Amino acid sequence: MTGRPIDVTRWRAAQMAAALRAGECSSRELVEAHLARIRRQDHALHAWVSVDGEGAIASAEAADRRLAEARRAGPAALADLPPLLGLPLALKDLVVTRGQPSTAGSRILEGFVGPYDAHIAERLLAAGAVVLGKTNMDEFAMGSSTEHSAWGPTGNPWDLDRVPGGSSGGSAAAVAAFHVPLAIGTDTGGSIRQPAALTGVVGLKPTYGRVSRYGIIAFASSLDQIGPFGRDTRDAAMLLQAVAGRDERDATSSPHPVPDYATALPLDDEPAAVGLRGVRLGLPRQYFVAGMEAGVARCVREAVAALEAAGAEVVDVDLPHTDYGLATYYIIAPAEASANLARYDGIRYGYSARGGDVLANYLATRDGGFGAEVKRRVMLGTYALSAGYYDAFYLKAQKVRTLIKRDFDRAFESVDALVAPTSPTVAFRLGARLADPVAMYLSDACTLPVNVAGLPGLSVPCGLSEGLPVGLQFIGRPWDEGRLLGLGRAYEAITAGAPWRGVEPTALPVLDDPDAPSPAARLAAAQDERSFTA
Amino acid sequence: MLGRMAHLDRAEVAHVALLARLGLSEDELTRLQVELNHILEQYAVLAELDTEAIAPTAQTIEQANILREDRAEPGLSTEAALAGAPERLGDHFLVPAILGDAGAPEVEP
Repeated sequence: MTGRPIDVTRWRAAQMAAALRAGECSSRELVEAHLARIRRQDHALHAWVSVDGEGAIASAEAADRRLAEARRAGPAALADLPPLLGLPLALKDLVVTRGQPSTAGSRILEGFVGPYDAHIAERLLAAGAVVLGKTNMDEFAMGSSTEHSAWGPTGNPWDLDRVPGGSSGGSAAAVAAFHVPLAIGTDTGGSIRQPAALTGVVGLKPTYGRVSRYGIIAFASSLDQIGPFGRDTRDAAMLLQAVAGRDERDATSSPHPVPDYATALPLDDEPAAVGLRGVRLGLPRQYFVAGMEAGVARCVREAVAALEAAGAEVVDVDLPHTDYGLATYYIIAPAEASANLARYDGIRYGYSARGGDVLANYLATRDGGFGAEVKRRVMLGTYALSAGYYDAFYLKAQKVRTLIKRDFDRAFESVDALVAPTSPTVAFRLGARLADPVAMYLSDACTLPVNVAGLPGLSVPCGLSEGLPVGLQFIGRPWDEGRLLGLGRAYEAITAGAPWRGVEPTALPVLDDPDAPSPAARLAAAQDERSFTA
Repeated sequence: MLGRMAHLDRAEVAHVALLARLGLSEDELTRLQVELNHILEQYAVLAELDTEAIAPTAQTIEQANILREDRAEPGLSTEAALAGAPERLGDHFLVPAILGDAGAPEVEP
């Protein structure tokens, strides 16, 4: 064959799995190609907090041995191999793995090495997946831009002067920039779906309790959920399949049966599109919020029209308590975070500072170890839970939570799923919302009610506005991940020929420039400019 | 009620910081007072809703009788548990004395 050599990093995970089984490439080749890309580009993207090249190569070689053995044993043995065997993937920097660092983007966990594997890490390692490293994130997952990482921000592969969203921005950027085909994120108020939307990839927040959180560094325990990123719905389904299900060590993980998400999704576009016929979708009026960009609204309305044209019935629905979602979330999440983060005392692991006696040590450790956004939320949460204010804030928010959940319950009496924007805007500029926490919080206006109600939500790319990706969100009943993935797959099928489908992230060539500035330098320059004009 | 109460003076901010075990600088306290009050103002919208008869939701996905067998499982070894300790003495995490004379710890290494 002549012409350009095949670039395996452009493949979907499913293509990689097929090539491994066919003996067309080895896991070692896949892993080395991705590691080379990371080494060449991450100075300009900063999607990664730590990369374990040596461990990844060893895992890849182990996967290649399993593949060779199965190939000798015959087609049945090959078919029995776990789908993720030999595939490179990324974990968000809050997934604890044995012998590797996990910082959750925080200085307070600097130097922390995991003494055990998280449940999902055990599952992925048993499946033969190859973990290349940990991805950047807002500190303790608190943020919508990945700018609140103690290790500096991550760039958006579509425009390096813009954020990738957050908090799982490193995972989203890594998948969008072909550093990995698959990545794990967590979503407490939109932290998978919003970065997926802003970087043009697929991200799924499963039902609360679908995936065990044993070994995941906690943010807000009644909201946190783990989910997959991929470049299409089939890849995302494959990764969800590998991690979903009950685990005794997380009492909130559900015994609800896990369906076969991955094989239920048609490979061919025609049968996938047929799935839309007769589906009833609700379009929540309140999700076209004030402050929504016209370009985003246009893309979403076009997507809805395409779904209708393919046979879906779309009706307007009301979720009347949507506007209360933000306040409800920003009481519940900080309250739970303030309790979860009480464990960081500088005594057992991580950053430790001396102030004198025990109390002074706590004060010094937590002052030096936590960043500004974490302090803000710990303060808010501590206040909301403190004597005399509990009823006014936390209890009130839990009651409004009931109303928000009822809105969804009522909507699902008449529709199969909801379709909505994922984020009211495209990726914003580095630094643009750092000075105004409330503006940052509004980034998640369309995603956080879904966490408040415990429901699954899927974001799929639905076009470009001013050259930047827009996300379409499908929201389902509890345990309806399979339906959401089917809807996402159907949407991919009916838009397979759309011009924007073939557009790669536009800043990829810049990543190959060894002199390209880091996202931290870009943020500093943006802030200089802002203070100059102000 | 939410609207009326949602204002923190500087002493309250300092008190909450102590409750949260955050040793904040004067600058941080000043900034946080402004930011927290701005955020608390956003909470006031909840006061519009009559929730007198509404039950609170703590867990959205109801699960009943999540039980497992009561059996001992191997946990972390002492070495693994102490591996990340900033300061240790023998098989113990080392902290400044809390009670009495803050002299040398009476622990055999």
